[in-house]
Amino acid sequence: MDNSKIGQHISGQFNKELEDVRNKVLTMGGLVEQQIEMAVTAFSTGDMEMAELVIKQDNQVDALEMAIDQECMQILALRQPAAFDLRLLITVIKVVNDLERVGDMAERIAEMAIQLSSTDSKHDQYYELEHMAELVQEMLHGALDVFARMNIEDVTTITGLDANVDREYGSIIRQLITKMMEDPRNITRMLDVLWIARSLERIGDHACNICEHLIYMVKGEDVRHLTQEELEKKMQG
Amino acid sequence: MTAQHTRTHSIDVSSVLQAQKKNDEPLEPCIKVENLNLFYAQKQALHNVSMEMPKKKVTAYIGPSGCGKSTLLRCINRMNDLVDNVTIEGKVLLHDENIYDKAVNVAALRRRVGMVFQKPNPFPKSIFENVTYGLRIQGINDKRILEETVENSLRGAALWDEVKDRLNDNALGLSGGQQQRLVIARAIAIEPEVLLLDEPASALDPISTLKIEELINELKEKYTIVIVTHNMQQAARVSDFTAFMYMGELIEMGTTSELFTNPRKKQTEDYITGRYG
Repeated sequence: MDNSKIGQHISGQFNKELEDVRNKVLTMGGLVEQQIEMAVTAFSTGDMEMAELVIKQDNQVDALEMAIDQECMQILALRQPAAFDLRLLITVIKVVNDLERVGDMAERIAEMAIQLSSTDSKHDQYYELEHMAELVQEMLHGALDVFARMNIEDVTTITGLDANVDREYGSIIRQLITKMMEDPRNITRMLDVLWIARSLERIGDHACNICEHLIYMVKGEDVRHLTQEELEKKMQG
Repeated sequence: MTAQHTRTHSIDVSSVLQAQKKNDEPLEPCIKVENLNLFYAQKQALHNVSMEMPKKKVTAYIGPSGCGKSTLLRCINRMNDLVDNVTIEGKVLLHDENIYDKAVNVAALRRRVGMVFQKPNPFPKSIFENVTYGLRIQGINDKRILEETVENSLRGAALWDEVKDRLNDNALGLSGGQQQRLVIARAIAIEPEVLLLDEPASALDPISTLKIEELINELKEKYTIVIVTHNMQQAARVSDFTAFMYMGELIEMGTTSELFTNPRKKQTEDYITGRYG
């Protein structure tokens, strides 16, 4: 399966519309990736200007979500798409919803970075968080890559990373609890850090959702709510 | 809080999910086509077509012009017999009886398998006479039976309320959509088992088209329906099963919802998404 599926319509206008929707989703994906990157950097370096920028830019993510939804609705109403075209549009509507939520997570991380910077000057103590951020960024990037190439061969590698993310999340929580018990004055700060870890963990989940939507788009099979093992089996079979 | 809890518990999700799945009911085949080949003189128009059409369901044939869908439809009531130089091989079984057997009475077959064409073709007679025509040639002249049949058939074709006060007017004075429904009423007046519809709505305006589609949905309670249509959305809306044909071959047949959301063959996909060319 490749993206040559778009671009062979008898109606050139229809081609253009589908291509346009697809490009907008990729743009939105790029923007959301950039938002996460900036939010995480803002947190680890204490760059408050960058954090402010992330918060400011979230409305662009929202605007793209609405514009893409609107376009999909137009195409559904005017073209009555079928088969792959239909699955593409339904998938896009779902994917942009996940991307918008990821955008909100980036905003939340930026907010927490600002909050933490006012109480905390030592940023070198959150290596695990940075590693977790790298993992979920890799997942989201992989998912968007699948969408761009419309090739679901490696999709289970991406969803498989979610187990690592969950493990890291668990270990961060344990560390935070320890620090809170050591000194109750840490609690406020640790709760903020917890929010960041939680946001990152959610980003991983959204990346997995996107992968599931993309499998539906390409194969026409609904694979939501399966375990990783079940998913792998399904993809092999 | 407690009240809310009880309310949540009383929601029965299983009934909703079951309603979605109700197409699991067993299907009884009504028409079976087996290895059908058809030649117009030397030219082969149908290539080894085999399919089953379930009873009291709507089966749609789709495909580009000249792919053989109308030819196949016309095989089901032997309309192709009327064309010169036609050779037909294979079988068409109506309830396990081959309609191409020598013993089959073609007139009787066509009473069981009614047909409606693309252009409405009412006779230049009154509405009443149009509907009763089939009965009269069967020798039924009892006024009470005829009147009953007219009302039932016109109701069945969703036309009764529009014409009940002018049954003796000439049928040619009706609108195109009304004429098409009159023709359907004429077809169901003789109580066939199967209705063949060859592009029944392609000459009609959108509202009349919707009325015909609505009618098809009601008619399938009683009849097995096979419809040929150029309008893919129409096939998607009215049919339970869809068969995609190309160059005289049956490429793919399946439930309509499956075929339009996730076709198995690339040729089908290309056709229904408008990439065929």
